[in-house]
Amino acid sequence: MPAIAEKPIATLTPAALPTRERRARMLLVALTVLLVVAMLIGAGAGALRVPVASVLGVLLHKLGLSTSLAFEPQQEAVIWAIRLPRVLLAVLVGAALGLAGAAMQGLFRNPLADPSLLGISAGASLAAVAVIVLEEKLLKMVSALPGAGGAGAYVLPLAAFAGACVATVFVYRVSRRSGRVLVSTMLLVGIATNGLAGAITGLFTYAATDAQLRSITFWGLGSLGGATWPTIATLVPFLVLPLLLLPRLGKALNLLALGEEQAAHLGLPVARIKWQVIGLTTLAVGASVAMVGTIGFLGFLVPHVLRLLGGPDHRFVLAASALGGALVLLLADTLARTAVAPAELPIGILTALLGAPVFLWIVMRNATKMS
Amino acid sequence: MQAINLTYQVGSKKLLQNVALTARPGELIAVVGANGAGKSTLLKLLSGDLRASAGEVLFEDKSLAAWPPAALARRRAVLAQQHTLALAFQVRELVLLGRYPHFGGQPTAHDWAVVAAALDLVDLGHLAEREYPTLSGGEQQRAQLARVLAQVWEAEGGFLLLDEPLTGLDLRHQHQTLAVVRQLTRRGFGVVAVLHDLNLAAQYANQVLLLHRGRAVASGPPAQVFTPEYIHLAFGIEVDLLTHPSLGYPLIVPTVSTL
Repeated sequence: MPAIAEKPIATLTPAALPTRERRARMLLVALTVLLVVAMLIGAGAGALRVPVASVLGVLLHKLGLSTSLAFEPQQEAVIWAIRLPRVLLAVLVGAALGLAGAAMQGLFRNPLADPSLLGISAGASLAAVAVIVLEEKLLKMVSALPGAGGAGAYVLPLAAFAGACVATVFVYRVSRRSGRVLVSTMLLVGIATNGLAGAITGLFTYAATDAQLRSITFWGLGSLGGATWPTIATLVPFLVLPLLLLPRLGKALNLLALGEEQAAHLGLPVARIKWQVIGLTTLAVGASVAMVGTIGFLGFLVPHVLRLLGGPDHRFVLAASALGGALVLLLADTLARTAVAPAELPIGILTALLGAPVFLWIVMRNATKMS
Repeated sequence: MQAINLTYQVGSKKLLQNVALTARPGELIAVVGANGAGKSTLLKLLSGDLRASAGEVLFEDKSLAAWPPAALARRRAVLAQQHTLALAFQVRELVLLGRYPHFGGQPTAHDWAVVAAALDLVDLGHLAEREYPTLSGGEQQRAQLARVLAQVWEAEGGFLLLDEPLTGLDLRHQHQTLAVVRQLTRRGFGVVAVLHDLNLAAQYANQVLLLHRGRAVASGPPAQVFTPEYIHLAFGIEVDLLTHPSLGYPLIVPTVSTL
């Protein structure tokens, strides 16, 4: 039997990095490279096809660097005004949704958890549908306010964001018992909240006119079509905190895998961490849903696949899910706007169409492994 | 660590009543008693999982609740009775969780070395790369023990709370675990462990606390607590007390005919 050191061990052989950690790091590098390539290709794809070299040329030119990469003024205009905002929107929203999904699965210690489970998306949908149906009255009220002339365009996203926040706060408060939030209770309260919000959304839908029904349907399927520089500028302030802070919670979420009590014994301020994860996730998902509508399966599937590839360590999964989410949404959006050009597929349809079979495959594979 | 007159009640039911305990550095205190006697409740009060209805837990003369969680984690580790692990961590990744209070961003070579040493100590060095859920019950228990050891590996005056650390372990590893605990107490650790095997408690513990229906019926060195009378009171079983022929500690042998 090896003896425990009488004194703290002093002789230390520098341990080689375990293989799983090495693989995780390589995956992060690979995802970053793929994302950059996908951004260049995405910015070039569309009705006016721009070669990757010219895309690079435009970007470097905009950064004030002169290169020998040639491009035409028309290409520059299209890339700068149309393509780039759209690519950035896909990257931002994809990263936010992937990250939020990974964080939720970690917090709930359940690979099935998803931001939509907490009622975040349902709350946003309810508010958005309510705004669409009550549009005329509401818009009149808003534009009657002094200095709210151009605010009309922001009513829908703001309402959706508010709906997401209200739903989360509601779920959090209802799940609280004598100062403690039980995560399992929260999951159940989230399901009930989803049902409730869905029913009220149904009522609004029932009362909607034909034209309103069409906007409701399209909003529910999601689209990045509204991407402009002002959209990006509106979204970024909401996403800065989640995108910077959530990836730093990897250690905390790893400890939570042991259960809350054990995590606390390892020095984790569990209540604060829960609050942080839920707050940041709401911010990320609420703002994303507000801007592009509901996009299914992404936040749920991306962390799953990455765990299979690089292991369950959240220090890897969180960062990788941000990169992976951005990559998948960007590819899906590029496909959505080129596949049936000049028309556009709603992106929510595409992510679910691709996501559901992949998820089924994972489930079947795990079921085989178990038996 | 000191527990002063701990009482814990749920509704009108008192699970623990006026239990006091002083755990000194260099000593293993074995908490023994029948199922439902309040052993785990006591350990949960000592660890801070539960708040006492009355009484107080002091660690280094300071109320447990007043300790910053991170500082406490570097000094004191807790092995729970039941383990959950939501993620399919490798064994070494699980043990590395014990090092989390010690590093900021990335584990240092020292952290990985402690992980390897802790795994060797519980005979799991060869399974470091295996995924935890694929281990047997006893191996999982040892992996969790390695995590707890890694947490307080270099602590001066560290403290361990172990709730049934021997569950599922084979004969060799039961003794090996308690031998590790003994080495730690010699290094100045204080240890409180819930044990079921009275003979092991008699062999390894410096102090024994015998619980019966939420009350402490006896406490002191094993020879004082392990008398046929106390054991009958606490477990409702007649025993004979022998002395180990070469090692000298008491051997508790039930006289089966009374059952």
